[in-house]
This record gives sequence, structure tokens and C-alpha cells, in this order.
Amino acid sequence: MQPIISIQQLSKTYASGFQALKPINLEIHKGELFALLGPNGAGKTTLISIICGIVNPSAGKVLADGHDVVRDYRAARMKIGLVPQELTTDSFETVWNTVSFSRGLFGRSANPAHIEKVLKDLSLWNKKDNKLITLSGGMKRRVMIAKALSHEPQILFLDEPTAGVDVELRRDMWKMVRGLRASGVTIILTTHYIDEAEEMADRIGVINKGELILVEDKAELMNKLGRKQLTLQLQHPLHVLPAGLGGYALELSADGLQLVYRFDTQHEHSGIDVLLRRLAEAGIDFKDLKTSQSSLEDIFVDLVKERA
Amino acid sequence: MNIHGIRAIYGFEMARTRRTLLQSIVSPVISTSLYFVVFGAAIGSHMNGIDGVSYGAFIVPGLVMLSLLTQSISNASFGIYFPKFVGTVYEILSAPVSPFEIVAGYVGAAASKSIILGGIILVTARLFVTFQIEHPLWMLAFLVLTAVTFSLFGFIIGIWADNFEKLQLVPLLIVTPLTFLGGSFYSIHMLPPLWQKVTLFNPVVYLISGFRWSFYGVSDVSVGVSLGMTMVFLGICLGLVWWIFHSGYRLKA
Repeated sequence: MQPIISIQQLSKTYASGFQALKPINLEIHKGELFALLGPNGAGKTTLISIICGIVNPSAGKVLADGHDVVRDYRAARMKIGLVPQELTTDSFETVWNTVSFSRGLFGRSANPAHIEKVLKDLSLWNKKDNKLITLSGGMKRRVMIAKALSHEPQILFLDEPTAGVDVELRRDMWKMVRGLRASGVTIILTTHYIDEAEEMADRIGVINKGELILVEDKAELMNKLGRKQLTLQLQHPLHVLPAGLGGYALELSADGLQLVYRFDTQHEHSGIDVLLRRLAEAGIDFKDLKTSQSSLEDIFVDLVKERA
Repeated sequence: MNIHGIRAIYGFEMARTRRTLLQSIVSPVISTSLYFVVFGAAIGSHMNGIDGVSYGAFIVPGLVMLSLLTQSISNASFGIYFPKFVGTVYEILSAPVSPFEIVAGYVGAAASKSIILGGIILVTARLFVTFQIEHPLWMLAFLVLTAVTFSLFGFIIGIWADNFEKLQLVPLLIVTPLTFLGGSFYSIHMLPPLWQKVTLFNPVVYLISGFRWSFYGVSDVSVGVSLGMTMVFLGICLGLVWWIFHSGYRLKA
């Protein structure tokens, strides 16, 4: 399948000499939700800004639906909607006017029915005649999304859409993003809320210090780098591990009341069943057990730390 | 050509004019009326006509130019500076609009506004003095050309300025003095010979002289030179705007 966005050897060095992006290669598939993760200052916004035409690249090129974003910017930008990180709005415009303005700016003829649909989908319809200055931060964020959707883009960039947004609005936003994805829009989301990526993304890219250190299918990533552990609360303290359990990667707590078994999620056979049987044979009773899986957050922290 | 894009920017700017009607239209009319009361009626009644034109009528073209220049610059500079200041410029930069279309929208709106204003001032002036317009088409041509040229100039200032002080600096320190010294209120032949030469370096002299010629058929410098100099200035502004978009100066990192 032809990628909807193709980034080839893209790099950016600012006039100050700061290298924000080291040569990056990345392909985004049509219809997917791609989450770009990275700490502050990693280059997420620079990458998006180059694709959207706000920052000039130093080298390399980007194709959006086959159109070079620099040479064939008109065709490329028609397909792209951008919701930037900063809340910037024209205070004295009404919601309706500012969203209609965006549609015109992106070369589309007026279509009140579409604007109405976008505003209703974002629960903005009853605010359509309000001036932007009277809206709350969360509402302004919705307006910016409405502006980005006004020209029916095929690709939507959401640069930290839920930064500083309350829990309820965040849930709403996720719902809306899922709806967009279901309608066939390709979505590229940057975030440093890792649970957001874990919840939403099909694929995940991790960027750190201007370098794309990993691009992976989310499920595979969790599989490959994720670890599971089994924790057993013992009935009676254990001072030494019985000899028969030597083959297992077991860890005994200092007080001897907790036994931890780590295993790889990739292995077909976890070995839990045999371990439990061995424990019973050795006469070790336990009163509770729990298994836990490492989150994307653990994986991310490990990855970024490794490269630091 | 993204016509919808040009219309969106133009419409946005004209809506801003409507929102700030009082400041945009009324205040220049009031200040022009004041000029007429002071220079036209109070002082003018003690002055002889210049080149056979009564003093009150003589200053009409100069006053229109004075407002046209200052308004074109302030409209256009504020129009592009403000989105830069609040950050909404991201949308313009990420939109499928060419530099020409952006300029057409912003400069077109700023120029339209000052042309409307010029018309209002002419009508206001008519309440104070009688004057005729000998070459109405040329009058219109000078009006449009000047409005467009100085709106372009304002656009450049708006891009260059990175704070509100700079936005005011050029209009206040350069444009206002040049306009006052450019013959708004006198014929440059009234100056001592040396200053007559010096004043020819002032581009505003050519604008006012040409504009006045379209009213009364008399001018300080020949109409051809006036037109030529206006075009030269227009060319310089266009060149600068082209360079700004080509290099991304103060717009793109």
C-alpha cells in the first residue's frame, strides 16, 4: 500500500546551529492512527511543522499523498489539517466565522452544512455565535480542531491535543479522534501522555533528541518489549529457595514473604503452571497471587533512558 | 489560484475594519476636518492662492494623501503583525495559499480601506471648500497606486516588526515627517532653492505633486516623473515582499 505520508532523510538545523532533527525516514499508512512519543524538545513539533509548511526543512523531503510538501505545497496542504499545540485564536471572531474562514483559506468553497456538522460533532453548535474570547480553554481547543477539519482533510495532525485538558474533555477528545479515524482520516498525534498512545494508537514512533529511535506496531511493541511478572504472597516466610526451583528466575524478598517470577510475554509457554505445581510439591503455600504487565510507559522510559 | 483563500483573508480583514469602524473611519475624518478648520479656514483665509488655486482647495489633495499614506501603512502593518503576535499566523503559513495570494488578501484589504477613507475625506473636504477634479481617472489611478504601494510598505513593516514599538516607529519617525515635508500644505516652489533640491529626495513629494495635478492641472514636478517615482517605489516594495517570502524572513524558521 502506498503510504499517505512519506518522510525521506528529513533533517532540520536551526539558524542557531541547534540540530532539531537528525535525518528521519518514516512512512505513515493511510487510515492509521500514528502516535509520536517523545520528551519535551525531542523534535515532535519541528517534524510536524515541517510537514505542514510552518518550518523550512534543512534537507530531505516529505510527500503527502504523493505531493512534495515544498514543491507541490498547494496540493499537499489541501489534504492536511493541523491542530497546533498552542491555543491561538482570533479573540474577537465568532466560532462560526473563524471556522468558515479556515475553510476558505484552504481553498474550499463555502459549505455551511459541513461546518454545521463539524461544530455539532465537537459539541460547539450552541456556541457558534460566541466570540472566541468568551470560551474556556477546552472549548477553544475544540474550535481549533473544528478549524483543522473545516476543509475536510485526509490527514490530521494533532500536536498534543490533550495538554492541559481535563479528564472529561480528554475522554471526549479520544472519542472524537476514534470517530475521525473510523471515517478514514489518517491521524498523527503527538503526546507525552503515554496512556493516550497506548489507548489510541495503531503504531507508535518514539523520537528523542531529534532522532526517531523506534517505529513499531503498538501491539508488537508491547509484546516485544513488554514484560510480565507473577508475584506470590507466601503464607510462611521462606529463607532459602528450594533446590528444585533453581531453574526459574525467581526473586525472594528480604522478609521472605514475597516471591517474584519474571517471564517474557513472547514465550509461548510462560511456565507458570509448572512453577505453581513445583511450589506445591515443595510444600510452599501462598495466600495471594497477581500478575502484571509492563505498560508502554515503562517501555518508553527504558528506551529514552537507554539513549540518554 | 486559490481565490477562496484570497477572499477569506480579504473578508477577515474587512470584517476587522467593520468591527473597529469608529477607529478606522471616524477618527481620520475628524482629524482631517481639524486640518481644514486650522489650515484651511483659520490660516488659509490670510494666504494668497497658490498657482491660482485657493489655499483651502490647494491642501485638499495633500490632506487626502496624508491620510492615505498613514492609513495604508497602519492598516497593512497591523493586519499581518497581529496574527504573528497572537500566533494565528500558523494557519496562514500552513494553508495552500501562495505568497501572492496572502499579499493580495492583506494588502488588498488595507488598500481598499484607505481608498474608501480617501473618498470619505474628499467628501468631508467638499463641506469646507469647493474644488474641482480635472483628471478624475488620473486622480483615481494615483489614489489606487499610492494605497497599494503604501499598503505593501506597511505589510513589510508588519513583518519586520517584532514588537509594538517597532510597529509605530517607521510611521512615526519617517512617514509622518516625510509627508508633512512633502508639500501637503505648501508648494515646494515656496522653499529656498537649496531645500527645493533636498526635498526632491522625498518620495512623498512626487505622490502629492502628481495627485494635486490630477485635481488642478498644476504640479511641482512633472506628472510623468511623479508616476515614474511611484512605480519605482512600488517596485521596491514588491521586491522586498518577494524576498520576505522567498527567505521566510521573520515568518518561518
